[in-house]
Amino acid sequence: MIREKLAHILLALAASAVTLTAHAESGWNQLNMTQGVTHISREIYHLHMKIFWICVAIGVVVFAVMIWSIVNYRRSKGAVPDVTLVHNTRVEFIWTIVPVFILVAMAVPAARTLIEIEDTSKTELTIKVTGFQWGWQYDYLDDGVMYYSRLDHRSDAARELLSGIDPESVEHYLLNVDHPFVVPVDTKVRLLVTGADVIHSWWVPAFGVKKDAIPGFVNEAWFKIDKDKPGLYRGQCAELCGRDHGFMPIVVDARSKEDFAAWLKQTAAAQKQAAAPATPAAAPVPTAATEEKAPWPKS
Amino acid sequence: MAEVLTTASHDDHDHKPHGWRRWVYATNHKDIGTMYLIFACIMFFVGGGAAMLIRLELFKPGLQFFDPQFFNSLTTMHALIMIFGAVMPAWTGLANWMIPMQLGAPDMALPRLNNLSFWILPFAFTLLLSSFFVPGGAPAGGWTMYPPLILQTGAAFPMLIFSVHLMGASSILGAINVIVTIMNMRASGITLLRMPLFVWTWLITAYLLIAVMPVLAGAVTMLLTDHFFGTTFFTAAGGGDPVMFQHIFWFFGHPEVYILILPAFGIISEVIPTFSRKPLFGYEAMVYATASIAFLSFIVWAHHMFTVGMPLAAQLFFMLSTMLIAVPTGVKVFNWTATMWKGSLSFEPPMLFALAFLFLFTIGGFSGLMLAIVPADYQYQDTYFVVAHFHYVLVPGAIFGIMAGVYYWLPKWTGRMYDQTLAKWHFWLSTIFVNVLFFPQHFLGLAGMPRRIPDYAVQFTDWNMVSSIGGFGFGLAQLLFPYLIWKCVRSGVPVGPRAWEGAHGLEWELPSPPPYHSWTTPPSDAVIARGAEH
Repeated sequence: MIREKLAHILLALAASAVTLTAHAESGWNQLNMTQGVTHISREIYHLHMKIFWICVAIGVVVFAVMIWSIVNYRRSKGAVPDVTLVHNTRVEFIWTIVPVFILVAMAVPAARTLIEIEDTSKTELTIKVTGFQWGWQYDYLDDGVMYYSRLDHRSDAARELLSGIDPESVEHYLLNVDHPFVVPVDTKVRLLVTGADVIHSWWVPAFGVKKDAIPGFVNEAWFKIDKDKPGLYRGQCAELCGRDHGFMPIVVDARSKEDFAAWLKQTAAAQKQAAAPATPAAAPVPTAATEEKAPWPKS
Repeated sequence: MAEVLTTASHDDHDHKPHGWRRWVYATNHKDIGTMYLIFACIMFFVGGGAAMLIRLELFKPGLQFFDPQFFNSLTTMHALIMIFGAVMPAWTGLANWMIPMQLGAPDMALPRLNNLSFWILPFAFTLLLSSFFVPGGAPAGGWTMYPPLILQTGAAFPMLIFSVHLMGASSILGAINVIVTIMNMRASGITLLRMPLFVWTWLITAYLLIAVMPVLAGAVTMLLTDHFFGTTFFTAAGGGDPVMFQHIFWFFGHPEVYILILPAFGIISEVIPTFSRKPLFGYEAMVYATASIAFLSFIVWAHHMFTVGMPLAAQLFFMLSTMLIAVPTGVKVFNWTATMWKGSLSFEPPMLFALAFLFLFTIGGFSGLMLAIVPADYQYQDTYFVVAHFHYVLVPGAIFGIMAGVYYWLPKWTGRMYDQTLAKWHFWLSTIFVNVLFFPQHFLGLAGMPRRIPDYAVQFTDWNMVSSIGGFGFGLAQLLFPYLIWKCVRSGVPVGPRAWEGAHGLEWELPSPPPYHSWTTPPSDAVIARGAEH
């Protein structure tokens, strides 16, 4: 048993040594936050970079003094300690006050961006997002469209314990869903985020939006995708929500306003029709059959 | 030296219990300190074992070893074991050994309470660890125990709650003992502002413990009643509020992170002056900075939960109060640096660990500052960036602080010098691998990898492999530590009372090893004056 496991580990190590060299260009450059495709996400990115560079500057100064001391004040080089140097009011005052000013310089732009983020007025479209164990439900409140979005089948098969399917062979492994969340670009979309069972968190890095989905509470969030940036944007649940927390991605399909309107109309009609027949319980979720001719793109 | 000899001969006819009674009925602060440290070391390896398994599963995408539920148990238990089983007991062990010796006191003020507070721990952790074998497995809802998720725990649920109660009780008893000892047992002449910084930081830590451990106990008790007795404190359907748990938890949780780090500040403040051969720069500023950090730790808790949807004013308040912590923390780092300035530095193992602490804890401080910026935190929250941040402050922070303390005082405890070359190997391997382990996690988080996931998208593979390799290296390097201590106890070279030439403080006025009962007669003014040159 132990030997079997050990062999397994060695095999895994060997296999990954191969992938390590094979995929040199894919992962190594994943180093920083995305700038995203909304005004807010760019603001956040710039804020992040600004604070980062301030920290780097402080770090360079502080570490330089430390390294200078380590290099120059060595006993092995005959350094004699200046034991009278135990206190200096002026220096201590300076290094207490200067950081305060630096912090204010960081806090002002941060507060400005935060106020902008919290402004949920003048939204043009409201969609309710409900996290559940384990997937997302999207509810277009004004248009009677509702559907569920879960991990796609290929990822779902590959992610089974010892599935034998190489994740590298699955396109957008763990970041793909059956029904992407369709939204229009250039529209201030308001999300009403809630949870059905436990707390989840709806996160799409490209929008700079992360909001907890809490049962019994409705949180607000919004995004407005750049007009020239339709496309697919991926994210994941960001709050531990049980066994399959790692397997409830979010895929947003951002379409032009016209395409979105057309999709909404078609889907609303399809769902109404699906709901009409004798079995009302047969849900508004499109079945595999409807999926074929489908409003949802092959993502 | 005269005093040393008298104390030593005075204690010669002192008898101690033998066999198992010495440990089970222990009331001697040194014995209890030793038991705490051994317990912490065992838990460090148990928690570290969980971490190795986590890094093993995360070595490459796809699930190779564990079911996701078991993976979640591993992350949950890793945190609980490391926080409550390794770091906190290690600090209490060091407090037990050192506070009486540093204050010229014969023992801790409340020896039987001391015995109780230690012996609660093995039971607490036996209970917690045995939950791996009950239906539903070990708790998997995260060490933060957020409801409603934690209420889905199986048979392990009451075991988790009761073991947290036990750990809290143990911590409170230990903290009471530390406060009473420091307030009442100082040798005359040791005023509060002449105490060594390790004692100061522990005094403040003890107050934090007494303030917040009951809050944690209250929070988990409410979980217990929600689960078994039909209350709905945290259930929205019954009029409760799941977010309230997070507020209560983090009101405990944020001071808790300072409970984990403040004693390290104390140790670094003793080690750096010793090996710089120069008194600590700005002693009083250090004390006030520690107190400010402790105060601020009570008004920043909600920075752990910026994404729960708080009002704008609350978010601004918690952002600003959090940023303020950078000021006293900066003061400390600057003071340590100024202590080295114009010193005469040598680089024995305790100093090496203190220096690594200085650099790497500062890096953790920077990422902490970034995390305080609310809009940016929306992107960082619950990603590997956060994992990198808190591991930088806890591993090269708290753990390296403990290592520095053990390497500093081990010759005092055992009367023997350890193998310094081997200790330097331990240091270099730990320092290199800890960075290989945690630095790439900053990249992973920024690139979008959430924390607490057993499997990930393929673009995160490369840095996860690097991180895992660092993890295995770090884990293996730690095996040197118990070996080195064992070797020191068995065959170290005997040392004199002052094991390090630059060391000051009352503990160095005692022989090495100190007698079973030290300072049975309080130190004389001359000894105190010699020892109190900070």
